[in-house]
Amino acid sequence: MTFPWLTTLIAVPALGAVLTALVPSGRSRLAKQVAIAFSVLTLGLAIAVIAQFDIGGDRYQLTEQNEWIEALGIYWALGVDGIGVALVALTAVATPIVALAMWPEAEESKRDPKAYFALLLAAEALTLTAFVAKDLLLFYIVFEAMLIPLYFMIGMYGGAQRRYAALKFLLYNLFGGLVMLAAVIGVYVESADAGTASFLLADLMALDIPVETQRWLFLGFMLAFAIKAPLWPFHTWLPDAAAEATPSNAAFLSGVADKVGTFGMIALAVPLFPEAAEEFAPFIVALAVISIVYGALLAIGQTDMKRLIGYTSISHFGFIVLGIFALTDRGVTGSTFYMINHGLSTIALFVIVGFMISRRQSRLIADYGGIQKPAPKLAGVFLFAGLSGLALPPLATFLSEFLVIAGTFEQYRAPAVIATVGIVLAALYILWLYQRTMTGPVGAENAETRDLGLRETVIVAPLLALILALGVFPRTVVDVIDEGVGPSLAEVDVQAPPPLVTVTDQAAEGDDQ
Amino acid sequence: MTLTNVVTLGLAAQAEASQEVQEASGLISTTWLLIALPLVGAAVLLLGGRRLDRTGHLIGCAAVIASFVWAVVLFVDMLGQDGHERAFTVALWEWFNAGGYEVRLDLLIDQLSIAFVLLITGVGSLIHIYSIGYMEHDERRRRFFGYLNLFVASMLLLVLAADYLVMFIGWEGVGLASYLLIGFWQHKPSAAVAAKKAFVVNRVGDMGMVLAIASMLVVFGSSSFQIVFAGADGAQTGWLNAIGLLLLLAACGKSAQFPLQSWLLDAMEGPTPVSALIHAATMVTAGVYLVVRSAAIYDLAPEARTAVILVGTITLLMGAIIGCAKDDIKKALAGSTMSQIGYMMLAAGLGPAGYAFAIFHLITHGFFKANMFLGAGSVMHGMNDEVDMRRFGALRAAMPATFLTFAVGYLAIIGIPPFAGFFSKDRIIEAAFGDNVLIGLCALIGAGVTAFYMTRVMLLTFFTNKRWADDAHPHESPRVMTWPLWALGFLSVAGGLGLLYIGGGIVDWLEPVTGEEHHDLPVPVAVLIALTMLVVVLGAALAWFMYQRRPVPAEAPAGNPVTVAARNDLYGDAFNEAVLMRPGQYLTRSLVYVENRGVDGAVIGAATAVGGLSARWRRWQTGFVRSYALTMLAGAGLVVVAMLLVRVP
Amino acid sequence: MNPTPYIVLATILFSLGSAGVLLRRNALIAFMSVELMLNAANLAFVTFARMHGNIDGQIVAFFVMVIAAAEVVVGLAIIVMIFRTRRSASVDDASLLKL
Repeated sequence: MTFPWLTTLIAVPALGAVLTALVPSGRSRLAKQVAIAFSVLTLGLAIAVIAQFDIGGDRYQLTEQNEWIEALGIYWALGVDGIGVALVALTAVATPIVALAMWPEAEESKRDPKAYFALLLAAEALTLTAFVAKDLLLFYIVFEAMLIPLYFMIGMYGGAQRRYAALKFLLYNLFGGLVMLAAVIGVYVESADAGTASFLLADLMALDIPVETQRWLFLGFMLAFAIKAPLWPFHTWLPDAAAEATPSNAAFLSGVADKVGTFGMIALAVPLFPEAAEEFAPFIVALAVISIVYGALLAIGQTDMKRLIGYTSISHFGFIVLGIFALTDRGVTGSTFYMINHGLSTIALFVIVGFMISRRQSRLIADYGGIQKPAPKLAGVFLFAGLSGLALPPLATFLSEFLVIAGTFEQYRAPAVIATVGIVLAALYILWLYQRTMTGPVGAENAETRDLGLRETVIVAPLLALILALGVFPRTVVDVIDEGVGPSLAEVDVQAPPPLVTVTDQAAEGDDQ
Repeated sequence: MTLTNVVTLGLAAQAEASQEVQEASGLISTTWLLIALPLVGAAVLLLGGRRLDRTGHLIGCAAVIASFVWAVVLFVDMLGQDGHERAFTVALWEWFNAGGYEVRLDLLIDQLSIAFVLLITGVGSLIHIYSIGYMEHDERRRRFFGYLNLFVASMLLLVLAADYLVMFIGWEGVGLASYLLIGFWQHKPSAAVAAKKAFVVNRVGDMGMVLAIASMLVVFGSSSFQIVFAGADGAQTGWLNAIGLLLLLAACGKSAQFPLQSWLLDAMEGPTPVSALIHAATMVTAGVYLVVRSAAIYDLAPEARTAVILVGTITLLMGAIIGCAKDDIKKALAGSTMSQIGYMMLAAGLGPAGYAFAIFHLITHGFFKANMFLGAGSVMHGMNDEVDMRRFGALRAAMPATFLTFAVGYLAIIGIPPFAGFFSKDRIIEAAFGDNVLIGLCALIGAGVTAFYMTRVMLLTFFTNKRWADDAHPHESPRVMTWPLWALGFLSVAGGLGLLYIGGGIVDWLEPVTGEEHHDLPVPVAVLIALTMLVVVLGAALAWFMYQRRPVPAEAPAGNPVTVAARNDLYGDAFNEAVLMRPGQYLTRSLVYVENRGVDGAVIGAATAVGGLSARWRRWQTGFVRSYALTMLAGAGLVVVAMLLVRVP
Repeated sequence: MNPTPYIVLATILFSLGSAGVLLRRNALIAFMSVELMLNAANLAFVTFARMHGNIDGQIVAFFVMVIAAAEVVVGLAIIVMIFRTRRSASVDDASLLKL
């Protein structure tokens, strides 16, 4: 038997969470070191997994399958496709960075810091499981279980309104999750009717579910995913959570954990219920376009930096969902790539805003101004992260945003045109934020702002370097993602029309029309 | 409808002008160095930190000058090739391939791009050198040069790209550099606001670019120049018009053409070398480059071409009128830039008859406008950064070098033979008359207005009475600043003649890319030239009577309604504010309200309702065990009764 | 076999038990009354098992006994604790479990 790479990938952060929790209280430094060591170890394992991924190989690779509850057809089944491997990479890269950024936050809260780190590792393990699960029930369990560590992280370590925000986060997601549970059982019943009852995704995708049933099941799944990857009008938990959670917690939440929602759309909702997905696609595209414009307009209207970034995420998630439900190769590839890039960019933004908050102890934009004078490096990285947020080429976010718009334009002209309004609004909210916080005359209370320190540079530099590198050399990543997108869309009967004009290379071949 | 036209590369008739694009080999394959040099310079300067503060400006200049030298080497190499074999692609690496859409990071170097490369690196080098002196006392000079290098690298990528999406990288890169440089003095709120405005307005244009490329994907399945241009013949006119109009929107944003012109005047908040390089000589002309480069599309899209002509004509008049009323020397020059780019756009819209002249005027304009902006910078340098021309006057004696070079630029822009502007502008007016008499008349009037406002600038600054501020001690700028002025002055004199007549001249040089076409003029050329000269002299004379004959007040008089409108940029900003900004703010504010009260309110409302209900039902829990027991008994009784009732029938 | 007398007896026992729970305040008495109700149910179970000729009912009766025993252990402990702290075994006195 081959080495169970994916199980190990999940087990390491889980073990890390337990060990971090077992560190005697009072030795918080040790707890942090253990947590960071384990997150780095996970990153190493993730790199090993990525290195073994073979472009052009099987759809699912590194598969493992063990019976879990045999009588019910439940398996411990893991495997990665191109989409999964990209998101595993994002999670594994993001966690050590977030853990480093959490370092001072843990001290500031009056609670035991070790629990904070243990919860982060637990959330990482669960998120990774969601990206590699090849059994629907396993996916569902971790999809719901993820809420537990995140709930405690928001509720224990956040700002003044943290309990409200945490409860709202939990209730929204639980509600979606419960509706999804009904749909999960529905799928299971379908598979039992078809012969063998099984939760294995491979078995479920082979099912031929009648369209009327598909509709209901699809809506059940989509509700959960639309709440998780907040889509208008199910989004209002995110700004609260983003504003009240600590900056690095908010970074993990919207940068990594929420990607499970959009991942679920690509990996579950569309391939399991292709006909229903086609049917509902125009409605979801409409919601996505509303999200893009609405999120951006609300971001412009915010006075609180973290809330502002929360709303920008809603706008960006709108782009991701738009690309997915354009149901074209380019759109879905762009969306998946967008998930990675949005993760990196949002984490960078939240973390840098966290640096600012740690200096000034305020989330309000109005309390800042002229920071670039005393802290030019801080302003520089903030602008860089902001530019990645507004999708400036050649940063990676641009490519994904462009692919989403282009992929949508093939299917839906008007929504694509409206979505481009989002790129103007993005420039407005980012640059206006930069203008209000970083430029202008510097007030007395900001005159002594400390510039970027060593630890902070170590946190931000890899993020920004990755955003740039992925934009300039995106080829391998896009190839890997493309590899996973094709099969996911195979069941969907939507084909982008071929180009109206085909330009061939051979001389004198074929006549017009 | 699945009509798929198949067009074969190579056989495709690319308008009248077609030349095979070859794989680069030998010297030409090092084209990437042109971009790499300033890019490395920018990276070193921006990441290098304070230890480079003392040498940073030299690194910045060296990078651009090296790039210029290399461009000259490549140009000479190209001169050695046959006239129709001067287009090469330089393959770098495959950028990405998503769902069958493949984009390669290729460079295209041909007659058009090398002309731009020489302009950008040549004028860029001079402005870099000038900036050493201009920014000498600025503590962030290293960063300034880093941004300038970043700009040059982006601009070179813009003109060398062989794919619209790759070009878009350069397109946004220059936008970013422009943003950073307009807002270079970030401590000034006005600079920060102007920078943001420039970026946001440009983004509106970018919408056009993004949608144009998306349309190309639908029509051609690719955004590479080669495939798009070859396929244009087989595409429907409707699509080509759409793409042409979308590209025009992009061009309007970048080139400050109507209706996206409003950012350019505010952009004068940046340091003057920035205004010269980015907002006069190079970046703002990128829109003209875009139109000329997309000749294959515009040639087949008559409506889009008409739109280009209209936009150009409107802007050339608007810019000229605004330039007449501005007292800020940089804003007057900025209005003039708008107007001159309007000329270029107009020429580009005329199709093969005008493409070459658009580029010709673009290059000569690059010389004389950079010259005048640097001259204005030199004046400001000597006058404690004063920009109000009503505070200048009689400076010719105090700064002779600046005066002489500025005067050369002045003669060039108003089109006095044999200065550069005469040749280029006159050709555009001729071509405009060849197309449509009305358009030609507009261009002619524009020439007269140009003569008026430039004479006004000239008189108010260097002639008329002294109106200096009390603490002003005007002095000539250091040699590092005047030397580039002389160089540009020389180009303003000789550039026109040289470009037109040395070798085959620029028109022949560009012919393989742009094609060539002549329209019959309604009147003989000589008459037209004479007419133009007459209008120019009239404009200049009017300015002479208004400003030289009587003393100029140091405070601006109230002025007539036209002047007031021109001072307010013909109410472009007022329009934007009333139609976009205020409703936008209102929309944002009301959406925040809707979000909190409506969307979130519905959820919170539901939660409150549930909470209220349970508060009521909670009363049932009395805490008395025996009452619970009674309830249970009653419940059990009910169940029994229910079961009996159901069973009976 | 005629089940009626057994069922009548079970009904009487159950009624006595429920009356005891409802009417008596002393926790111990209430507790014994609960046991009485459980045993009434047991009696009914055994009767029906006999009647139908299988042992399902008897199995349930065993479960009930086990639960009753467990209940006594926990319940008596609680009652004793309440009595110790409050010096009263009245169920009406312990009415704090509400909001």
